[in-house]
Amino acid sequence: MKATAVITTIGAAATLLALTGCVPNASPSDSAAITVDSSADACTVSTNTASSGTLRFEVTNSGDQVTEFYLLADDGLRIVGEVENVGPGISRDLVVQAQPGDYFTVCKPGMIGDGIGNAAFAVTGDKVKLAGDEQEQVDAAATNYVAYIKDQVAQLVTGTDTFLAAYLAGDDETARATYATTRANYERIEPVAESFGDLDPEIDFREADVAPDDEWTGWHRIEKDLFPPAAADNGGVEYVALTPEERSYYADKLKENTQQLYDAVHASDYTVTIDAISNGAIGLLEEVASGKITGEEEIWSHTDLWDFQANLEGARVAYEGVRDIVETKDPELVKTLDTRFGDLEQQLAAYGSLDKGFVYYDELTPAQVKELADGVNSLSEPLSELTSTLVG
Amino acid sequence: MTDDSLVDGTAPAAPQKLSRRGLLGLAGAGVVGLGVGVAGDRGVLAATASAGGSTTGGTSYPFYGEHQSGIVTPAQDRLHFAAFDMSSTATRADLIELLQDWSTAAALMCQGKPVGEFGAVDGPYDAPPQDTGEALDLPTGGLTITIGFGPTLFVDASGADRFGIASKQPAELTELPHFPADDLDAQRTGGDLCIQACSDDPQIAVHAIRNLSRIAFGRASLRWSQLGFGRTSSTSTAQVTPRNLFGFKDGTANIKAEEPGKVSKSVWVGSSDAPAWMTGGSYLVARRIRMTIETWDRTALSEQEKIIGRTKGEGAPLSGGKEFTAPDFSVLGRADKPLIDADSHVRLAHPDSNAGSEILRRGYNFVDGNDSLGRLDAGLFFISYQRSPQQFIGIQMNLAKNDLMNEYIRHVGSGLFAVPPGAKQGSYVGAGLFS
Repeated sequence: MKATAVITTIGAAATLLALTGCVPNASPSDSAAITVDSSADACTVSTNTASSGTLRFEVTNSGDQVTEFYLLADDGLRIVGEVENVGPGISRDLVVQAQPGDYFTVCKPGMIGDGIGNAAFAVTGDKVKLAGDEQEQVDAAATNYVAYIKDQVAQLVTGTDTFLAAYLAGDDETARATYATTRANYERIEPVAESFGDLDPEIDFREADVAPDDEWTGWHRIEKDLFPPAAADNGGVEYVALTPEERSYYADKLKENTQQLYDAVHASDYTVTIDAISNGAIGLLEEVASGKITGEEEIWSHTDLWDFQANLEGARVAYEGVRDIVETKDPELVKTLDTRFGDLEQQLAAYGSLDKGFVYYDELTPAQVKELADGVNSLSEPLSELTSTLVG
Repeated sequence: MTDDSLVDGTAPAAPQKLSRRGLLGLAGAGVVGLGVGVAGDRGVLAATASAGGSTTGGTSYPFYGEHQSGIVTPAQDRLHFAAFDMSSTATRADLIELLQDWSTAAALMCQGKPVGEFGAVDGPYDAPPQDTGEALDLPTGGLTITIGFGPTLFVDASGADRFGIASKQPAELTELPHFPADDLDAQRTGGDLCIQACSDDPQIAVHAIRNLSRIAFGRASLRWSQLGFGRTSSTSTAQVTPRNLFGFKDGTANIKAEEPGKVSKSVWVGSSDAPAWMTGGSYLVARRIRMTIETWDRTALSEQEKIIGRTKGEGAPLSGGKEFTAPDFSVLGRADKPLIDADSHVRLAHPDSNAGSEILRRGYNFVDGNDSLGRLDAGLFFISYQRSPQQFIGIQMNLAKNDLMNEYIRHVGSGLFAVPPGAKQGSYVGAGLFS
């Protein structure tokens, strides 16, 4: 199951049945698989009928071309479930939650044409509890989230201008004071920047991320200049401050890259898929787990908790955007996530706020760091189910 | 561990000379009885691995030979790896003597014998036993001991040629470059010397490192060491491919002992390579790769398979086939995107992405308790052997820059060592360096 492909058909899918990675009380592994053999000239399904609920199709490609398997609605057109990109000899599962009704199964070796072996497939039994009409909710979630991204990036552009003006004027004190808060606009939507390939490395690479012959640019290059390390923390080498010319070079680069980000998200055709929103929430928490909670992201300024807060806020916004859709599918998950988001927000609030500032990472005790890490894990673990539930 | 009563019954408590003779005869008989053939000069053992990856307890590999054992030897299940620094007062003579003592002791242990003239339970009653004893009653366990020399043995950090061997330093034996996202801990990096001890029994591997470090006291001391509890590579086609802690099969496309062409092309330093004392040797790269398995475990199966480029169950390349089917990077899926992602691990590590470079991998899974954040301190202790370090450097630079897996791993320890050829009986490992 590949989430990005699922998205394109989610509207149609939602009205009948749903792909799912998380079905309470009916683990896919418990249900006997319906086997599908996709060969060069046949699409052999082990049965043509099943009871409503969770179905698992185990699709094996015995042909020599890449194949796809579809479960189509009663009109034979709407896709209600699919697996794609199944290489020769490979097996892959399609797990769906099926309502009673008439369907068609079809394989598409070579991924072109109408497919072969189109056959009727009947689902009998009781109606499974359904989500409401999702399309409107999905559209609204995407519209809202795109607006949020645009707003954050717009604020980032002006904030970066102000920050860089101070930095270029040699007003390091002001630059230091605005460093972490300006970055918050970036940290809230970082997975968006990551989706544009080279932009995130140029804007946000840490020194350790850079290959020997590659250029190191962006926020952390300037961070090191504003919060210069002692020689002992710099591989034993005395840090050499950037010259005014160098400062202006890196400032221009950052300004330019930030503008590119702005242009990209303000393009008329810019949009996000529903799974990009939920994966954004998951990704932001992983950012916290891998970089902030370890103090590696802001190794010179130690403003990791500012980033932590911004990541968490961004994750909360992304989560809220899809929360209602998820609630109809898995109310327990939503309940857990509501609680744990609240818990972690409260836990972090004990160390400050973006307005008033946070405790610096190097001032935290190991026990405090451990406690925060536990809080992150406590939210991240259930949050990792968000996308599979959402597109399910 | 399979008992081998032939060895078990004779090892302890007997007078040393009798013990040695008895062992030689009986162990030999045991090997023949088990149907195990040893190709002495290469250290290649045929048909020892069972389906579960364990070899029989009575397996033994010769310490002496053209090449050191523990390289193309079918990867044993357990590892104890150790890096040593020479003591600040050690002389050239001390270094030579240490290598001689290590070679003698290693040869004994590889035969399942205790070290020293008197072993573990004989000798003067008022003296501490020469062997530490925890391997008594255990079989040979397929132990191999492989010794290597770090760059600092030749020229130390201050530029000093402490042992008069600077002129013999291979040009390739320099510190590895900084790879993107390297986060190396000085306490787990470098070293003047290294010893890789592998066995199917963890206690046998630990016994080897323990006794060799004891022998070194005063001349060299442990700098860092690493236990590995499960092999992650197959170095023989007779072995089943094991899994790493990501849950994926690892080392499917590794160089295998049964591929002599590849081994001589990519693993052994050839007679046309410099310096001459390294002919028949190899270069060992060790990397302690921490895996953030907690984050990995929250990743969708589709994403995990995309990152690796293989299916998790069978280990088949996503382009199709079975585990050992060659990946076909040209196969396109939906929207004409390659089925095997351009930045997947299998693709970036493949010889096609690295100007044909191949390396022999011999890594081990590790879990060293947990860190202060409550995460398992787990990962892969990567070991590779190659004819030139450049093979590893090229591949790793490619991986470090592009590999989708980088989000879930961190290289926290590192070492590069020149592994000299095997020693002849009566000589010692590294003798060529001092002649």
